[in-house]
Amino acid sequence: MFNSVSIGQYYPGDSFFHRLEPRIKIGLITIYVISLFLLDSFWGYLIMTLFTMTVIFTSRLPLKLMLRGLKPLYFILAFTLLLHIFFTKGGTVLFRWKKISIESAGVISGLMMTWRLILLVMTSSLLTLTTSPIALTDAIEGLLSPLKPIGVPAHELAMMMTIALRFIPTLLEEAEKIMKAQMARGADFESGNLIQRAKSMIPLLVPLFISSFRRADDLALAMEARCYRGGKGRTRMKVHKVTSLDWLTLGGFAGTMAVLVWLGI
Amino acid sequence: MIRLEAVSYSYQSGEEQAIKAVDNISMTIEKGEFVAIIGHNGSGKSTLAKLLNGLLLPQAGQVWVGGKATDDPEANWQIRQQVGLVFQNPDNQLIATIVEEDVAFGPENLGLPSGEIVARVQESLAQVGMSEFRQHAPHLLSGGQKQRIAIAGILAMRPQCLVLDEPTAMLDPQGRREVMDTVRRLNSEEGMTVVWITHHMDEAVSAHRVMVMDQGRVAIQGSPREVFRQTELLESLDLDVPVITRLGQLLARDGFDLPPDVLTVEEMVNLLCP
Repeated sequence: MFNSVSIGQYYPGDSFFHRLEPRIKIGLITIYVISLFLLDSFWGYLIMTLFTMTVIFTSRLPLKLMLRGLKPLYFILAFTLLLHIFFTKGGTVLFRWKKISIESAGVISGLMMTWRLILLVMTSSLLTLTTSPIALTDAIEGLLSPLKPIGVPAHELAMMMTIALRFIPTLLEEAEKIMKAQMARGADFESGNLIQRAKSMIPLLVPLFISSFRRADDLALAMEARCYRGGKGRTRMKVHKVTSLDWLTLGGFAGTMAVLVWLGI
Repeated sequence: MIRLEAVSYSYQSGEEQAIKAVDNISMTIEKGEFVAIIGHNGSGKSTLAKLLNGLLLPQAGQVWVGGKATDDPEANWQIRQQVGLVFQNPDNQLIATIVEEDVAFGPENLGLPSGEIVARVQESLAQVGMSEFRQHAPHLLSGGQKQRIAIAGILAMRPQCLVLDEPTAMLDPQGRREVMDTVRRLNSEEGMTVVWITHHMDEAVSAHRVMVMDQGRVAIQGSPREVFRQTELLESLDLDVPVITRLGQLLARDGFDLPPDVLTVEEMVNLLCP
């Protein structure tokens, strides 16, 4: 049951995009997303698609993996497409039946909107696909740390993410064990309607909660035994340095996007 | 190295009477020594372990580590670095998703420069024989391997003493052997002081000194030979003797000329077929 859950979706590699400093990568993707909303033409989208495709191919990410990432969005994509097709009016009338009509502007804006969404999801997934979870949490800590003076717990947030990532597989394994134990004693997790099924989860969740509290207790003790005392005075083994190539990439990309937006493509 | 002076610690749970987990224990652990502490559940072994590195502070008496008291707040972190504590469940003491990141956790907390941390991580992984697993995810390793990573994580802080609280309790026989061999080697080759807490008698055989705990007190103390000879006393504490010692005693009862303190298979072979 739990095998289908993939933990993190890091796809290791050694491409240019893989090696970019994670904070710069977050910056690049933010600029990309903003530009995607500012650009509004076929050519603009084509250029953005080229950017995404280049990164996908140079990072040797399998296209299948990328498409699988879109799966949860099929419904939203279809919904967007249909909404635009039926409700955006303009251009020539392609089809009419009683009060329902499909007009060319609707088809075009529907397609564009879907295209935009696909690019958006694919590109943002590039971040998690090409960055290891640890590098990512480090980057988040790095980006948030200027906000520390106003009370943003940057280090604590990053530590929580690290621990959560570490314990996802452990807790899944445990959930499966408890489930089997309950099934051996006649528990039924698979039949009945939604409410009944949710109810049958209680004997799974209660022991899982109790054991995670025990684990948390153990872990806290182990962390203290290893001299953990919060983020203060702590150093890191891997120091992520922003190289001039990183800055150049960020600058170049920001510049290109600015020109595109300015030209109104 | 570590000195306990009349140390007591009790847990207060609700309105019930306080349970004395450690009751007036005095002992000394010398540098380079391998001390095994045995006792059944609830005998106070784990509490003693946490007292040794200042995770718990004694309610009476004093614990001294390298000349500093554990209740001295100034020395607190220094003591935790010097006395490394390894726990029972390897899953609950690893904090990172990649082996080398986990081993680096301790030195990172000590605030060492990055280059030094990398060197220490490599060194400690080599010490436990896990170098080739540097980039692995801990949850995909076996129990014994995880526990060795946990030991490496402690070694990376360069402690002078290793306290292991039932490190093999959750492992299969293969994992037990791996962990046991690793720690024994650390003790014999690198002179690491080891306090090994267990309820497997067989694991205590190779220690320099065995301490049997019962109800928070030291019941028996001495070399493995001296301790395991006292079968009846151990049995009265609900503890066994190592299987091979037991075999020796049973054979002696049937007329074989065997001492009551055979500790290893090798010894038994030599005695039976001189």
